[in-house]
Amino acid sequence: MPIDKRVRTASEAVADVGDGATVFISGFGGAGFPNILLRALRERAPKELTLVVNSATHRYSLTHELIAAGLVRKVVCTAARGHDKEPSPFERLWVAGKIELECVPQGTFAERIRAGGAGIPAFYSPVGFGTDLAQGKEVRVFDGRPHVLEHAIKGDVALVRADSADRYGNLAFRYAQMNFAPVMATAAKLALAEVATVNDQPLPHERVQLPGCFIDRVLAVGA
Amino acid sequence: MQPLNRLQMAWRAAQDIREGMLVNLGIGMPVAVADYVRPELDVFFQSENGVIGVGPLAAAERADTDLVDAGSRRITLRPGASIVDSAWSFAMIRGGHIDVSILGAFEVAANGDLANWDTRSPRKGPLVGGAMDLATGAQQVWVLMEHVTRQGTPRLLEACTLPLTAVACVTRVYTDLAVVDITPAGMVVVEMLSGMEEAQLQAATGARLSFAAGVKALTAPALALAG
Repeated sequence: MPIDKRVRTASEAVADVGDGATVFISGFGGAGFPNILLRALRERAPKELTLVVNSATHRYSLTHELIAAGLVRKVVCTAARGHDKEPSPFERLWVAGKIELECVPQGTFAERIRAGGAGIPAFYSPVGFGTDLAQGKEVRVFDGRPHVLEHAIKGDVALVRADSADRYGNLAFRYAQMNFAPVMATAAKLALAEVATVNDQPLPHERVQLPGCFIDRVLAVGA
Repeated sequence: MQPLNRLQMAWRAAQDIREGMLVNLGIGMPVAVADYVRPELDVFFQSENGVIGVGPLAAAERADTDLVDAGSRRITLRPGASIVDSAWSFAMIRGGHIDVSILGAFEVAANGDLANWDTRSPRKGPLVGGAMDLATGAQQVWVLMEHVTRQGTPRLLEACTLPLTAVACVTRVYTDLAVVDITPAGMVVVEMLSGMEEAQLQAATGARLSFAAGVKALTAPALALAG
């Protein structure tokens, strides 16, 4: 059967995300948040999720809806601070000891996910040495400089947002939408993309920024 | 002997940016530095969400939610700009390809230790973002911060009291009172407000200062803070 990764609805896209899944969520600074897929995942309501997401509290991302709905056991992120005087849904649960947090420097976060999809189980990085975030981690000196051992992150599902796609799952992004999408899609068993438009024609070769071999389903959601 | 305001501190740091540099500006006070780099200089500002060549903020009618910097500000791109993914962006940062990283801070120690991410607030979630990567990987790390806290206690210290961002990374500090280099011999004052005595600056500092031969006057044009 010819390859066709298009799905028609968001609920179809997230239909087999199960309890206990590790879910990557792309997006940074307001660009590339897969909010249609996030809403569908909240409606499907799998439990005990681990979210791997740059920010647990960004005001433009619907990540907080999964957290507020009590679906999340643990968050791996670089930012977990709310924007308002009132604590964010994440902070409320975290202060109450009801959600686990792993705070990771952003470059280490990106590289651990990249490693997860690239067949590298662990690597040494100079970042974090001598700080609270490296406590308990193995240290080795290379070229006279201490480095900490960091482990790859792999996931069950990745949710990403792009601008356009074709039936092969090839993706093209607008401006800063790309951020974590390539590494997250590569490190997940199942990669789901929401895009503004899915073209009937294949994307021009030189326009493809994330090859369709890394994407399992694409959903057209409009601009 | 008026201390500099935050825009004047940003202006002062901008005077040390040279043509051809690739510079990352931290969220908050450091992003103002871009406003004071002479526009005819070819300087590229990198933002850790993957933008290489951040231009001025976008006018409201041209703002695009997909064209943002790491602080979620709607930006424009300068000629020659490009955009990469986060892994590549941090390869740039960690791999030593950024000439200067300009960061805000709570505390800096005499050996260059930096504390700028965690105030140990029990009710606020942590936010590290790219601070540790930027402090560790850039060729030079410049800090913009007031010389003392609102309570009047020094921020330049023998050893940081708050959780570290990175060890021995800061190369220069721009405060409202002085410009201080971090050297193997400790903190060396290269500029301070005119009319200020060495003893006064030392009294506002929690680490031993030495003074460069011919300390210059720290000056900046009048720049009014909005609001």
